[in-house]
Amino acid sequence: MVSLSAQNLACIRGGRLVFRHVSLRADTGEFVSIEGPNGAGKTSLLRMIAGFLKPQAGDVRIQSEDETISDAEERGKYIGWFAHQDAVKPQLSVLENLQFFAELYGVRGDVSAALETVGLARAASLPGQYLSAGQKKRLALARLVLAGRPLWLLDEPFAALDVAGRALAVSLIAEHCAAGGIALAATHEPLGLDGQRLSLAGA
Amino acid sequence: MSATALLVRDIRLAARAGGSMVLALAFFAAVATLVPFGVGADLALLARIAGGVLWVGAVLASLISLDRLFQADFEDGSLDLIALSPLSLETTAAAKIAAHWLTTGLPLTALSPLLALLFNLPPPAYQPLVVSLLLGTPCISALGSVGAALTMSVRRGGLILPLLVLPLLAPAVIFGAGAVLAALDGIASGALWLLAAFSLGAVLLSPFAAAAAVRLNLAG
Repeated sequence: MVSLSAQNLACIRGGRLVFRHVSLRADTGEFVSIEGPNGAGKTSLLRMIAGFLKPQAGDVRIQSEDETISDAEERGKYIGWFAHQDAVKPQLSVLENLQFFAELYGVRGDVSAALETVGLARAASLPGQYLSAGQKKRLALARLVLAGRPLWLLDEPFAALDVAGRALAVSLIAEHCAAGGIALAATHEPLGLDGQRLSLAGA
Repeated sequence: MSATALLVRDIRLAARAGGSMVLALAFFAAVATLVPFGVGADLALLARIAGGVLWVGAVLASLISLDRLFQADFEDGSLDLIALSPLSLETTAAAKIAAHWLTTGLPLTALSPLLALLFNLPPPAYQPLVVSLLLGTPCISALGSVGAALTMSVRRGGLILPLLVLPLLAPAVIFGAGAVLAALDGIASGALWLLAAFSLGAVLLSPFAAAAAVRLNLAG
């Protein structure tokens, strides 16, 4: 059970103020959709929460049962990351791609079951280079589920996914929240999930 | 162990078709074969320049694949995921350095005696040549990783990388080629010890410098 709080965040990119006074609180089981026009700083906000970007002002905290973490790199162990880039190696098979991340994250989950969940079981031995953009996204979803992190940060989770893929993404997010996780999604289209909405107006 | 996972994956990527291992070996062989053609059939001269040419060839061949060391993972988003894994960025850099050495430095070292034949290198000089490459190639991968981490977000970073890294590698080339020359002249020299010390220092410190550069780029 974790909760996330971000206080008064400000972001400056390339000398331009992207956003400021952004605060956010999400408790266990909550879904937050981050909305705003292109360039409003949705991705920057996610990267800030993940600990990649240093906020110009404000701070981000993750509170779990036994600790409160504000250090950016310490936060990493709570975060499940689903970004624009799919991180699929063309030379490795689908199974090898997923297995690598399972080993890297030290999770003992069932890799083939995760592939089954996202509908890639039959493509398991296919090299990553032959996957379509949507299939790569599905592989990224499998990775996200397998990593088992409590705080999911999703950047445009619907991009490149077909209708069934979108439904899959939504149901995985809903399951994750139902199990006590938190999910933040930067999106242009409503995902159809109940939750908070955070609007970044754009500067 | 997650570090092993990264090490194995990087080795696999380098060894698979289109990977950098065969490329580096072919480049090394091509350079070493071309030089005797250019210099001509002066056997005494070839023997004297063998150490230097093979060392420079090994450095250049290693550099070919270094620019993708972090860049490939940075561009496809893998590096973000690696940064969020239980691995520290220092260990990540160390694993990548090790994988790079195992797939370039070590095979280059193994190939070097064969190429030395083209230079008519006298038998006593083979051992110092191989030992110097074995000791010295890890520092190419290590110092190169710092350059690779600094230039991963730069377009055509592969062109800047040699400018950053080659000056740092000058001591390794001097001691490495020096050890081979000393063996030719039959003099005892401390070149191998100095090379070992330089290499050890580079291998120990580079992961920290590379990790710092990765942090900088992830925040960019």
